[in-house]
Amino acid sequence: MSDLLSPGRKKAKLDRLAELSAAHDDERGVSLWQEAFRRLRRNPAAIVGTVILGVFLLVALVGPFLVPYDPAAQLWKDEIREAQAFYPGPRAENWFGVDHLGRDEFSRMIVGARQTLLVGVVATLIGLTVGTLIGGLAGAAAGLGGRWGRWVDTVLMRIVDMLLALPSLLLAISIAALLGASLTTVMIAVGMVSVPIFARLLRGSMLAQSNSDYVLAATSLGVRRSKVALTHILPNSLAPVIVQSTLTLATAIIEVAALSFLGLGNPDASIPEWGVMLADAQRYLDAAPRLAILPALGIIITALGFTLLGEAMREALDPKLRK
Amino acid sequence: MALLDVDELAVTFARRGQRTVHAVDGVSFSVDAGEVTGLVGESGCGKSVTSLAIMGLLPAGKGVRVQGKAAFDGTDLLQLDPRAMRDVRGRDVAMIFQDPLSSLNPVVPIGVQVTEVLVRHRGMRGEAARLEAEHLLDRVGIPDPTRRLKEYPHQLSGGMRQRALIAMAVACQPRLLIADEPTTALDVTIQAQILELLKDLVRESGTALVMITHDLGVVAGMCDTINVLYGGRVVETARRRPLFAAPRHPYTVGLLGSIPRLDAGHGQRLRPIPGSVRDLLPWPDGCAFAPRCARQVDACLGTAPQLLREPDGHAFRCVNPPETDHTGEAAGE
Repeated sequence: MSDLLSPGRKKAKLDRLAELSAAHDDERGVSLWQEAFRRLRRNPAAIVGTVILGVFLLVALVGPFLVPYDPAAQLWKDEIREAQAFYPGPRAENWFGVDHLGRDEFSRMIVGARQTLLVGVVATLIGLTVGTLIGGLAGAAAGLGGRWGRWVDTVLMRIVDMLLALPSLLLAISIAALLGASLTTVMIAVGMVSVPIFARLLRGSMLAQSNSDYVLAATSLGVRRSKVALTHILPNSLAPVIVQSTLTLATAIIEVAALSFLGLGNPDASIPEWGVMLADAQRYLDAAPRLAILPALGIIITALGFTLLGEAMREALDPKLRK
Repeated sequence: MALLDVDELAVTFARRGQRTVHAVDGVSFSVDAGEVTGLVGESGCGKSVTSLAIMGLLPAGKGVRVQGKAAFDGTDLLQLDPRAMRDVRGRDVAMIFQDPLSSLNPVVPIGVQVTEVLVRHRGMRGEAARLEAEHLLDRVGIPDPTRRLKEYPHQLSGGMRQRALIAMAVACQPRLLIADEPTTALDVTIQAQILELLKDLVRESGTALVMITHDLGVVAGMCDTINVLYGGRVVETARRRPLFAAPRHPYTVGLLGSIPRLDAGHGQRLRPIPGSVRDLLPWPDGCAFAPRCARQVDACLGTAPQLLREPDGHAFRCVNPPETDHTGEAAGE
């Protein structure tokens, strides 16, 4: 058969074969995560989200070293005419204008980004850590632990249910009130709000996995229960948790802003934070609406970035949407 | 003495508000070292539940009740506490499952899953475990084991996945291997390869193999002794030759009669067994197969037929057994 092919076509066929085998080589060692990443790169929502977050991260991490003015210095206090409700607007030396105390709004926005990022990430990490610990323990106990395990699961999950029953903002306010207003309190409060979500998510995911064939197969080989839980059930249950943590980052940033807005945030007014800036700006809404609009935009765009990326990750990791 | 002696094994599933299901209803059979023993029957006859019960893999509590005995080398596996049973599993008794793709963890490389057993039961570590895993993959006929160890299950073909699972199962040279429909999810050509591999492993290591299948072709090619299950009980036990030559239970006759044959006349239809497995009669009320049986007589109902054992070891549970040696005629019109 192949003898009948012209040399040119034969060569094309060989090239095609080589191409195919090369493509095959490419796939060696590709884990499910890498596949998910490949799908992620093709999703426009993921790209937009990543760009937003990239800019935000850059501003938050590098920005504070490049700001033109000290965000706490009241350099233009003399230009403010409170009686006429005049606050210098955007101009060459102050790109975003001057705030109600005569500070450079641009510098404050940039330094505030770092603060917002820090609080959001730490709050999410607190929620993620505590939630995964509780959920992981409950999931492993319920899935593998027999009668005693189910009891552990029940106790842990009822505690989580109690947390879940409280409205999140109320819970955060109570914690903030209990521990006194400070940045740490806000982070703990916002973190605690997301604990039940992570715990429930991981537990449910682990329960589903513990009924899978490979868990049965591993058990049939005598693999210890702790090992089954850690190397088999847990890695297969993490995808929804990872997705949830990006989504939680978005809500955490909003909630931190809300708590700061309510006056439970950082009492040190010299460190700018978008939520605090928003709260301060409300009294000057008529005179200088930009003081409220700018931090609000910052919060909205950042939260949008995290949400877009999170949703895209959910799609990429969802086995049902896999082709 | 037999390596595994299953005696009156019964498994019931109870669920609140529903009738208790007798999935396995007094199964007895024995497995000799170095032999291949078949458990044959339709879906729902209790084959898989029997194997899971022996392995202690049925979920504890949750309405599951396991009774009877499964003596492995003199120890009743059903009485072992969970901790001791975990030591037995994988070391002395191992199992191969039906679906190789879902039986492998999708996010963990093959190598990690194979070495896991070696670490657990043979105390191997690091490089030694990796080398042994390579050797195991090589032994079950996986080419280029060094590379395969680093790969994920979805990158292997179906046959290769099943080979990897077999490698994990034989890693500690268990004395008993239970294969639960190991070839059902595979292509016919791959099926033959996998069966050949299992045969080789049994021949080389003297492992006893319990072959659970609904495929009489597999049974004919592999098994030394065959147990036919129906409605959660063994209805016929025989060596391979007598079973195929002179089946003594109408159900076995029906199974054999429903196999397509190359030498059958043109236009001849297959003879299925009428009804389905769900039509079974509870054993205490008579023979479970009676509602589907062409040879049913009055004596079939009322009490469960006893297992009759002939001098040559051929045993069957039927009050009106087909007498003739001619399989075709005995199918009972």
